[in-house]
Amino acid sequence: MAFSGLFLIVFLTQHMLINMLSVIDSLRLNFFGVEESNLFNEVAYFMGNNPLVQFGLQPVLIAGFMIHMVMAFVLQAKNYAARPDRYQYANKARAYSWASMNMLITGGVVIGFLGLHFYDFWIPELKAKYVTGKAHIGDGPATEEILADVNRFYPELVHRMKYPWRVAIYCGSFVLLGLHLNHGFQSSFQTTGVSQGKYIPLIKKAGITFSIVVPFLFTVVALVHFFIS
Amino acid sequence: MKLTLHIWRQRDSETKGEMVQYIVDDVSEHMSFLEMMDVLNDNLVKKGEEPIAFDHDCREGICGMCSMVINGQPHGPQKGVTTCQLHMRSFNDGDSIYIEPFRAKGFPVVRDLIVDRSAFDRIIQAGGYVSVGTGSAPDGNAIPIKKEEADEAFNAATCIGCAACVASCKNASAMLFVSAKIAQLDRLPQGKVESKERVSKMIAQMDEEGFGNCTNTGACSAECPKEISLENIARMNRLHLKSTISPT
Repeated sequence: MAFSGLFLIVFLTQHMLINMLSVIDSLRLNFFGVEESNLFNEVAYFMGNNPLVQFGLQPVLIAGFMIHMVMAFVLQAKNYAARPDRYQYANKARAYSWASMNMLITGGVVIGFLGLHFYDFWIPELKAKYVTGKAHIGDGPATEEILADVNRFYPELVHRMKYPWRVAIYCGSFVLLGLHLNHGFQSSFQTTGVSQGKYIPLIKKAGITFSIVVPFLFTVVALVHFFIS
Repeated sequence: MKLTLHIWRQRDSETKGEMVQYIVDDVSEHMSFLEMMDVLNDNLVKKGEEPIAFDHDCREGICGMCSMVINGQPHGPQKGVTTCQLHMRSFNDGDSIYIEPFRAKGFPVVRDLIVDRSAFDRIIQAGGYVSVGTGSAPDGNAIPIKKEEADEAFNAATCIGCAACVASCKNASAMLFVSAKIAQLDRLPQGKVESKERVSKMIAQMDEEGFGNCTNTGACSAECPKEISLENIARMNRLHLKSTISPT
């Protein structure tokens, strides 16, 4: 759990950084009078077409996520079995945080969000590349030319983020993701045995900062494309 | 003080238990919680009823025998004390108090509020000792030990094995207890020699006893009457990782 969690933390960081390029693109196009800005497109094209990323790193990411998810349910089942007779009076033990007691709930919401996220971006991309050989932007027709277009990723992202219900789900999910990270970050270092002595306050502060900054910036991406792009 | 007590009654591990309500109206705020239980049992005996079975021994917070969950908290609402050190002034006249045994698969109920905690003994027997020859008592300064290490070893050694950590953990995990015993020995030169072997054996036994896994909620340390640090769990995890990678 801890090692796969740390791996996913690294993935989230790079995902957020790439997404922030789309915000820079949007700000340059809308406020700085730049006619063309393709930072996001270039990186997205690289990530989507580089063989090492596609056939080397992507399977590792899928495996890491699956291990994290399956282990969570296995651990939950084992932990539930460790107390066959529940307390009659609700357990009022002093715990550190709501997040630490409800990782399965916050993680479940993140899984649900990923379903929507895959439906929005990943599944259409796989379908275009490996099934139909044609891609489309927004509600337009699917063509082979669009699939070959290096600059198709930004307009598709903007199109997806124009629906209020989708932006609301994304932003709500990022709050839950933040709570999941708030406990998960520190917990990973505790489980791997890194937390000790002088590093403990540092890890706690880094965990709180990470759990606020990363989901906040993901929220910024969704809101910028909804309101500005 | 007049109190309404809801207490778990269970004849033995095979019989189904239930919460039973009792009223006690002659409780002094200066009594300890266990003395209040004594008063209740006196009343029950006078009425010809079966007294409530509960564990206790030293009644000064050292032996770790008292094992009650009071209003959802092991050892009750006061931080850093055992049930025997808890006084009735922590409650108000007219309060309802819910008293249950520690609940975990590894701790079957023996009777009423008494649970069988011999699982902890078996974990200690698996490796919680020093078996290498350490000779006779050496001079105090013969083996230099950093003060910080000695202090942390002592802090870990203050664990009285009461099992409040297991009772408070939502996963019924015993990792705080096991890690305290491992850290206590690992921090000292005589214990360090067998650290890798010890951690593997004790964790294997802990799993065999049916305790849950640690999800780092921190409830164990927060409810521990001796306030054993979570840092011990990180240390145990580190040792376990090392022993898994390099067993010898």
